[in-house]
Amino acid sequence: MSDATIYLLWDGLQFLINGLTQGSIYALVALGYTMVYGIIRLVNFAHGEFLMLGSMGAFYAYRFGLPLPIVLLTAIAVAAFFALLTEKCVYRPVRNENRITSLMTAIGASLFFQYSGQVLFGASPKKLPDLIEEKYFNFYDVSISSSQLLIIGMTLVVMLLLYLLVHFTKIGKAMRAVSFNPKAAELSGINTQFVISFTFFIGAALAGLSGVLLSNIMTVEPLMGTMLGLKAFIAAVLGGIGHIPGAFLGGLILGIFENLVAGFYKASFRDIVSFVILIVLLMIRPQGILGKNQREKI
Amino acid sequence: MDYFLQIFNTTGIFIILALSLNVINGFCGQFSLGHAGFFAIGAYAASFLSTEIQHTYVLSPIILLLLSCLFSFFMATVLGLIVAIPALRLKGDYLAITTLGFSEIVRIAIINSESLGGSRGFVGIPRLSNSFWIYATVFLTIIVLYRLKKSKLGRAWQAISDDEIAAENMGISLFKYKLIAFLIGSSIAGVAGAHFAFLQQFIHPSNFSFMWSVIILTMAILGGLGSISGPIIGAIILTIIPEILRFFGSEISELRMVLYSLLLIFLMLKKPKGLLGDREIWELTFFKTFFQKEKKNA
Repeated sequence: MSDATIYLLWDGLQFLINGLTQGSIYALVALGYTMVYGIIRLVNFAHGEFLMLGSMGAFYAYRFGLPLPIVLLTAIAVAAFFALLTEKCVYRPVRNENRITSLMTAIGASLFFQYSGQVLFGASPKKLPDLIEEKYFNFYDVSISSSQLLIIGMTLVVMLLLYLLVHFTKIGKAMRAVSFNPKAAELSGINTQFVISFTFFIGAALAGLSGVLLSNIMTVEPLMGTMLGLKAFIAAVLGGIGHIPGAFLGGLILGIFENLVAGFYKASFRDIVSFVILIVLLMIRPQGILGKNQREKI
Repeated sequence: MDYFLQIFNTTGIFIILALSLNVINGFCGQFSLGHAGFFAIGAYAASFLSTEIQHTYVLSPIILLLLSCLFSFFMATVLGLIVAIPALRLKGDYLAITTLGFSEIVRIAIINSESLGGSRGFVGIPRLSNSFWIYATVFLTIIVLYRLKKSKLGRAWQAISDDEIAAENMGISLFKYKLIAFLIGSSIAGVAGAHFAFLQQFIHPSNFSFMWSVIILTMAILGGLGSISGPIIGAIILTIIPEILRFFGSEISELRMVLYSLLLIFLMLKKPKGLLGDREIWELTFFKTFFQKEKKNA
């Protein structure tokens, strides 16, 4: 093997690891999108902003000198709070309107949080505390940092916990019921409003968590949620929107592809990758990798 | 005086943009979030052509303007074709995200192309356009759209907008009419882009972000999606109010985008069909009283 090929392989491995890390973040955020869409068929554009608000909450908690676990909890609490608030004030009134209206409200909410965030927090990037000590493990030319391992590990743990929640608890059963047929679920005595709020809560909590986790690999500033949210949504669609395992798959695939393209080709093309994947996907398999083909009923 | 003239011209451009988006979103009832992409292609095409021609030939400004507008029209139509053919198989949320994706791809591609100025922007565009040409285009657009709305095309669009399945049942080819709507909307936006480039003499990819797509959409919705006077009113209000806010000091200016997003949310919650809804401003009973008075005298 020539030197060039060897470098290619090692580089590729490095990009793969970076991609897995980035993809885990996308997966955590994509979960929120896919769960909310599964429940009320709404693309919650503001989800990226919930993540941002969680990160901001963590920043201020850290500045106050609160201990690390409390900082993490603050992020989750802040993100969940705003999610529930938005659901109650903005999404609930327009739930029965047509698609354009609900989508526009979501976009409006997203923009509102972005720009008020800029006014309130200032546009400069913030520094969040490190969750664990930064150590680098080197394997020949490939290095993986402890924070990268933490992100990937956390995502796996979350995946497991969420699976247990959805398939082995009563509330999980209720979530599955509401996403399958809301009216029948209501008739069966399930409090659909509570399930919907709970779904928003879980999704946002995960976003808040990722908001703290990603502080090492992304800048923390009020506009961070936009691109991230969009890509996470694409990841959710890639895996099959409404499907929780799909969000993981989509997130990881997107992260890996993005880093491969950015690494081997041009870094500035990074953002295009997600959109190109989206367009190609919607042309050949719109239901996503794990999605089921849903025929429109008259 | 110059300042007011600038506002006058910018308003004209946004009227054209809002009207063109109205063809896709209002008349035809689709959901395109990527209008900034067509705007961008028009602007960059016109800039490119005019600066290239000026290197070798000397043409009268009017001929150069018309030629560039024609080129923008053509390029925007081509982009509209490229976007519409894959995107129109999708509905609602997916169509919105796909058009958004295309618009972002256009923007990032422009950032990455050195010949178009990349992230530094395109400088040195000749000032070929002025109030006369802009408002001539506005006038032309209004007439064309008014006639289209009353034609067989307009009725087909209305049918598709109301109920796609019923329209298809009646023999209306969904794809054909949606495609036509897309092409008309995109080409007019391209011409608006040409005027924008010739007015500002400097264009930058940040003028064509997703934010702008949302602003144009808000303008179209504010006055009333589906009517002709609606987007005109929306464009006027949403171009003038930020300028008025500027006089209240810099803090209020920062809040400009926050207020924008709040307005959007408010609109969607209270009046999702816009201020005038489907009706035209000349159909309001307030104006009808004038006509009735004349009849009595005769």
